[in-house]
Amino acid sequence: MSFLTIAKASKSYGATTVVRDFDLAVGKGEFISFLGPSGCGKTTVLRMIAGFETPSAGHISIDSRDVTLTAPNRRRIGMVFQAYALFPNMTVAENVAFGLKVAGADRATIEARVKDMLALIHLEHLAERYPYQMSGGQQQRVALARALAPKPQVLLLDEPLSALDAKIRVSLREEIRAIQKQLGITTVFVTHDQEEALSISDRIVVMNGGRADQIGTPFEIYNRPATRFVASFVGTLNLIDVTVADPAAGTVKIGEQIVTLKEVLAASSGETVTLALRPESGSILDGARGDTALTGEVVSSNFLGSVVRTRMRVGESLISFDMFNSPGFAPPALGERVTLRFSAADLLVLRD
Amino acid sequence: MKISRIVSLVIVLIAASYFLVPLYATFQFSLQMLRGQWSFQAYRSVFADPNFLSTLSYSAVTSLVAILISTLIVVPTTYWVRLKMPRVKPVVEFITLLPLIIPPIVIVFGYLRLYGSDSLLPLTVSSAGTNLMLVIGYATLSLPYVFRSVDNGMQTLDIRTLTEAAESLGANRSTIIFRVILPNLRAAIVSGAFLTFSISFGEFVFASLLNRPAFGPYLVQIGQDRAYEPAALAVLSFALTWACMVLMQIFANAKPGASRRRRGAAFNPLARRKTA
Ligand SMILES: Nc1ncnc2c1ncn2[C@@H]1O[C@H](COP(=O)(O)OP(=O)(O)O)[C@@H](O)[C@H]1O
Ligand SMILES: [Mg+2]
Repeated sequence: MSFLTIAKASKSYGATTVVRDFDLAVGKGEFISFLGPSGCGKTTVLRMIAGFETPSAGHISIDSRDVTLTAPNRRRIGMVFQAYALFPNMTVAENVAFGLKVAGADRATIEARVKDMLALIHLEHLAERYPYQMSGGQQQRVALARALAPKPQVLLLDEPLSALDAKIRVSLREEIRAIQKQLGITTVFVTHDQEEALSISDRIVVMNGGRADQIGTPFEIYNRPATRFVASFVGTLNLIDVTVADPAAGTVKIGEQIVTLKEVLAASSGETVTLALRPESGSILDGARGDTALTGEVVSSNFLGSVVRTRMRVGESLISFDMFNSPGFAPPALGERVTLRFSAADLLVLRD
Repeated sequence: MKISRIVSLVIVLIAASYFLVPLYATFQFSLQMLRGQWSFQAYRSVFADPNFLSTLSYSAVTSLVAILISTLIVVPTTYWVRLKMPRVKPVVEFITLLPLIIPPIVIVFGYLRLYGSDSLLPLTVSSAGTNLMLVIGYATLSLPYVFRSVDNGMQTLDIRTLTEAAESLGANRSTIIFRVILPNLRAAIVSGAFLTFSISFGEFVFASLLNRPAFGPYLVQIGQDRAYEPAALAVLSFALTWACMVLMQIFANAKPGASRRRRGAAFNPLARRKTA
């Protein structure tokens, strides 16, 4: 039974539709990320959940209650914004207390809850500070505490880490995830950073042009991208155009070399289809395992420390592959002919 | 490098003397009422005139009412336009500029035509009605300044996100306006208020054509009748305006918490870290 349900939600501004037929069922306590490039409609969906935008079509329900037309201040939503949006005239403690005061909680309850919340984000010592006296990371933690204080049903975060520098971004995202698990709160997290989404989510919704292209666990999204867009947006990927030889047998030609796929192809013989291969799926070491091999000429080889990234030309295509550095393995030389071995199961046939 | 600094210093001094020399001359003149000695006799004479205090307080009260009216009109309008109708903002901006384009004398004649004794809403027949017209006129004159001041305040505040943050925490409209928006606009409202005050306090055209016992017409009257008192009055009103400006600066730069006399963090400039 899902806790937060978005059913066939669409949003249009005049003639432009920015979200189409968006379906999503979020379980209680689940951590969902919306991942996609800027302008793909992530914020718009989030704002529809929060109630700041009304869907042009479709429904949204929380805990089996239809909230499609409910005002934002009656939805019991906690929201964290990219720009922190702390109230500048209030101290940290007053900011955190705001939602409880509005709800009419008594003094003792408010004080206790504010204390708990500040302990949760490890900022008890800054309770009397004003927002302008704190760093961005501290402000965003206060914003999180403020959103959580009134015990919302759903927590929404819109690119909460984008304004912070890299180091704090990583530590704060882990903190957010830890707090989310501790409280068991249903959470939707918007980001355009794939690493962020992959590292903290239970499931990811990859969005493209106002649609959900794929919904799945980080493992599924990364290893089994459903569309060409997901494949190219999440992680780095080799896209290889191949010619179908025998669709029933699943054989394709890359230049002059024949590769047998693990699936039957829907295209007819002679047509071009696109395959995807992760750079980390293969190896050129002697004795490397894999039922499939491709031989090509090395066009570049970069030593990146822990990883050696090599590109080779096979027919018309350039294929990159990453291998871990080891003292016994010298990076291949330019022009050298190498054979990359990998499992045919790692070759994905992409639909557009 | 050195030469250019000297040149700019000279330019600043010339520009400053343009304002300071007449001011000094006026001040010196105001001290010469008694022949052959310096004295504050002119000031004594000004304060002894009952009309001085009555017109001064009349203008102070009408200015305060004008501040109230313009704030009550401008703050909710600007908030609403920014939040719900950003497209009409240029229109609102244009309207608020009109009092700078249309001469006050045209505005006041328009008012007299519209609300004269033979109109549908004859405000001019009673003293209270005329007072009302005067403060409405002052609110109109102050519109460009109050609007710009409040609008800038909202610009730096990002009222949209603050409103949404408060809404998601369960607050209703009035809570948002009174607990979140207004307190954070204090500096902007106060500076708009001081500008309104300094515009309407010595205003002449409206007060004179509506025949109100205000400070502006009194100044002009004294200027025609006396020699030394006008100089004293000019210095006094300059001091008043200047005090307004200083107060405006103080309020505009005040940070929350600074008034609570908390030593340490609130006062320590090193503790203030600007974040993008
Ligand atoms: N109020 C609005 N009026 C018109 N277009 C809008 C409005 N809000 C968002 N859009 C458009 O909707 C699209 C999606 O926006 P958004 O949801 O903010 O994307 P994201 O958060 O993924 O970057 C963008 O192309 C944006 O220009
Ligand atoms: Mg966005």
